[in-house]
Parts: sequence; C-alpha cells; structure tokens
Amino acid sequence: MSARVGVVLFPGTNCEHDVAWAIEHMGGSSELLWHGERDLHGVDAVVVPGGFAHGDYLRTGAIARFSPVMESVATFASAGGPVVGICNGFQVLTEAGLLPGALQKNAGLKFLCETVECRVETTTTVLTNQADAGAVLRLPINHFEGNYVCDPATLERLRADERIVARYVTNPNGSLDSIAGVCNDGRNVVGLMPHPERASDALVGSTDGAVLLRSLLAAAAGALPSRQLGQKVGA
Amino acid sequence: MRFEARVDITHLPGILDPQGATVERSLPALGYDNVSEVRVGKSIRLVVEASDEAAARAQVDEMCRRLLANPVIEAYEIDLSELSST
Repeated sequence: MSARVGVVLFPGTNCEHDVAWAIEHMGGSSELLWHGERDLHGVDAVVVPGGFAHGDYLRTGAIARFSPVMESVATFASAGGPVVGICNGFQVLTEAGLLPGALQKNAGLKFLCETVECRVETTTTVLTNQADAGAVLRLPINHFEGNYVCDPATLERLRADERIVARYVTNPNGSLDSIAGVCNDGRNVVGLMPHPERASDALVGSTDGAVLLRSLLAAAAGALPSRQLGQKVGA
Repeated sequence: MRFEARVDITHLPGILDPQGATVERSLPALGYDNVSEVRVGKSIRLVVEASDEAAARAQVDEMCRRLLANPVIEAYEIDLSELSST
C-alpha cells in the first residue's frame, strides 16, 4: 500500500494542491488536513505546505502555530512521525518550536521568485534519505521571509549534529550560514525554504525536487531503519 | 481596572534587521549622514482589564512571550498606563 501523506491546509495556504499532486506523481497518496481539525486521519507523514497561513499577520506562521491541527502535528512529530515544512510551512514549524531558529525578511528586502541551487548536506533525514550527500539540486524559491537566523549556540549545535539539511550554493536572502533547510534533533522534522514540489516534473523546468519527495515517501512507508534517520547523532 | 498597554517590539541586538539597515542606507541620500543604529520594529497597543497593574503586566508579558513577539529574534518592552474609569 502506498504511503499516505497529510497536507495541512490553513486559510491562506496556496501550495497544498501542488504538494498533493507531486506526492501522487511519486506514487504516494495524499489527504488534505484542515487546520481546524485535530484528527490527522492516520496519515504516515505530514507536509505543512507553502502559502500565507492566516495571512501571515503579525509574523509568518505566528497565528498558524495555534491552529488545532498543530497540536496533533506536534504529537505526531514527537512520536517520530515524518513532518516536513516547505517555505511558509518551515516558518510555521519554527514558530511552533518544532524546529530551531526563525525566518525573517530577506536581507535585500526583496520578494524572491527564482530557481536556485541547493546542496544536500545530510542524507540522514526524512527529506533527504534517497539523495546523495553533496548533490546540488535546482529548486524554486518564492519567499519574502527566507532569511534564516538563530543564536550562535544553536548554530554551533546545528553544525555539530549535522542538522543543516541543505545550503544555498549562492546565498540569495542573507540566511545565516547559507541555510536553506534544517531538521530537529530526531531528524524526522525538516523545514526547507525551496519548493521541491515545484521541481517534480520536467514540464516545470526541473525534476530535482523529486528525490526529496521520494525520500519523504520512503520515510512515510517506514522503509528505513530508524538508525538511518539519524541515531547517528549522540549514539 | 483598565490599562492601556503599549508593546514595543524590536530585533534582538546582534540579529540583522533588514528593514533598519535599508532605512539607514537611504537616510544619507537625504542629507542625514550622521545617523546610525536604525532599527525598525512593531508597536502594538491593546487594552486589558485586570485587578491591578502587576496582574495586567504579567498577562501582557505572557501574551508577548506566546504570540506578540518571537523571543528567538525579537525583544519587547511593555509600557502600561491606567485608563481613567469615567
């Protein structure tokens, strides 16, 4: 049976159908999860997609983190369930405290909409387990607040534990250490600013995102020993 | 008792403030070449009802930590004043 991926839908989310399409294109099945409901419908993985959840008022993701679905997502994540936040979803996961740091306005104060190169820095996460370490992927970015920041102690820990999942080859937004994505300590929660779902078919210019979604499906199917998802750290 | 709270939110020292930096770069073009340390933040006003000022302050402080500010990148200051009850 194919892995079932829940795609969270807040008011203002706008990438849910792209993610659902790409997941199904890769052989998985998808289900939209309305933000006001706590039931995750027994899905095997959760994606928090891009958009402008709750209008991004106050700060990106600040209101969304209090949606009822997020309690269930946090419980699912703490039990080791694969959770991926893409773009606005990454922002939501940092606001929710499921990932360290924060995403603030791009250093150049410009909304960026372009295709960038990202290097996969670790393959022991739910989003990169099928990728090659050091692989450079061409992925679209589409954000105003993609400038990753955290305190120096957190950055030190992210580096030491190899929790920086991807870095920009050429830093487009001022992100600390060119960070494009990070993961949690358990390596089952990943946030990524670029959009792999928009690079999953040749028709849209790149298929480099497919390997990331295939990784998520592999993690969702439980095909990976938990060790491969990162007991490397501290073991 | 009713209190007006004015919450002033700024970037933590050491965290890059892209808006402040852009404003700072634009001021010399207008002839203000003696300006530094420009920070752009947010100001939030709200009214709370509480039994006393300490209770009002504690509640607004909690709102700041949970929602109004992001402690990872932002600092906040709370200014409280009692509203007359007329």
